[in-house]
Amino acid sequence: MSMRGGLSRSTAALMALPLAALMIAAFVWPLVAFLSVSLFDPGFTLEHYARLFATELYLEVLGETILTALIVTAVTLLLGYPIAWMMAKLRGRWAWIVAACVLIPLWTPVLVRSYAWIIILQRRGVLNTTLASLGIVDQPLTLLYTFGAVVLAMTHVLMPFMILPIQSSLRAIPEELPRAARGLGASHLRVFTSVILPLSLPGVMAGCLMVFIIALGFYITPALVGGPRTLMISTLITQQAFELLNWPFAASISTVLLVLTLGIAIVFRRLLNVDRLSLHA
Amino acid sequence: MPDALGTRAFRIAFAACCALILFYLLLPTLLVFPISLGGDPYIRFPPRNLTLDWYGAYFNDPEWRAATFFSLKIALLTAVFSTAIGTAASIAMARGSFPGRRLLGVIVLAPLITPHVVVALALYFQFAPLGLVGTTAGFVAAHCVLAVPYVVLMTSAALAGVDPSLEMAALNCGASRWRALWEVTLPLILPGVAAGALFAFLTSFDETVVSFFISGVDNKTITRKIFEDVDFNLTPVIAAVSVVFVLVTVALMVAVNLTQRGMKRG
Repeated sequence: MSMRGGLSRSTAALMALPLAALMIAAFVWPLVAFLSVSLFDPGFTLEHYARLFATELYLEVLGETILTALIVTAVTLLLGYPIAWMMAKLRGRWAWIVAACVLIPLWTPVLVRSYAWIIILQRRGVLNTTLASLGIVDQPLTLLYTFGAVVLAMTHVLMPFMILPIQSSLRAIPEELPRAARGLGASHLRVFTSVILPLSLPGVMAGCLMVFIIALGFYITPALVGGPRTLMISTLITQQAFELLNWPFAASISTVLLVLTLGIAIVFRRLLNVDRLSLHA
Repeated sequence: MPDALGTRAFRIAFAACCALILFYLLLPTLLVFPISLGGDPYIRFPPRNLTLDWYGAYFNDPEWRAATFFSLKIALLTAVFSTAIGTAASIAMARGSFPGRRLLGVIVLAPLITPHVVVALALYFQFAPLGLVGTTAGFVAAHCVLAVPYVVLMTSAALAGVDPSLEMAALNCGASRWRALWEVTLPLILPGVAAGALFAFLTSFDETVVSFFISGVDNKTITRKIFEDVDFNLTPVIAAVSVVFVLVTVALMVAVNLTQRGMKRG
């Protein structure tokens, strides 16, 4: 019997077989088959990639997507850190309230949240009616289908992925450390910059990577809140595949997106800590 | 420099900022409730003439009902299959060794970070020639891929908390390998398995992008139906559907958390 607690090799293999079959049949093989279309037309060619990297529009979309993901990551960090700090610090009833405020949106389907943002931001939406009734604006503002709307809604959707890892690394800081720093005469600001912030960096890194990776490939929110004018990589891919029926080109953009996403995940795998994803729960 | 962070003014400002951020987080979820009760045929805020008509419209509309039942069916099948497959494989990975064990452990987590658009197109590309688009089998296979990582994560976490010597003890007392698994290991990891199953159900029920692209004309999920209506027909019915959706999701997530809490305590 092996030291791992003893399933025979063949039993273990047999038990893992259905999962392996599922992953190969419904994930690995479809991905390989789809992405490899980008290399043929009908003979082997790199022209789809050449076209992607030679066309200004597509490079702009690529750049815009990366920029959007960076901005969303920065804003989620800025807004998420204080909330993570509160979640880690508070005890009792207030801790429950803050946790509920973070988790309930997380558990609200992304689709429903995007719908709610449309209601809030549209021309005769909640925000415009409120602003008008307060006398702040006379003309309804154009809010929906703008870059700002996309950032606002994406930040909202991705915020929990930033808050939860930061919160768990803040929670891991022994209480004695900031207390000792205070005792040695450090100001609150100094305690934060020299003790708390550096010790929470693993959580910050994990959160930033997670948010950035998800933001790069985000589809629903940009498609609904960004409207037809906002092109992100993901909307460009579906447009090429289903509207222009150019599957090879859609596959080449998908390959670039996948390489970018998996590349970041592999390079930073130690920081990313995929297990944290179960913090969904 | 004076200790700005220690002042009362800073604390108040900090608390106010946090309250604003929390309001921003909660606002969209809260908003669908009053919208779903509005008496006008278009979205109006604040709503006048409160009514439950939109809920009636939702429950009586054959299309919404069909989409809801289809989503429930897919989610249930996904939960059953991904939990069975994922739990068996997690036990094999934790308690045995076989060729490709580590590779399988990596690949099973890959759907978590692979953009869903890419998964959706790949599956559509694969399913269309096989006639699997819009079929139950196609949906369940696709959703199992997206749900099984969570089952494996939660079951593996539960397995890591079970002392293998308990199984050894059962074996030493004469239990067969299967009996030790079935009567010792499985009951101990049950909370993790249950949490994984609930999570798999929710992953399938909430899934939008892949469902959008592999839905057929007749068989469409509730998420696909919402997506279509948000684009073309923005009535308060969607708000009523959303409220039901949110309530189901939050209730199930609370259940997941309670089972996990039970696991940590037990």
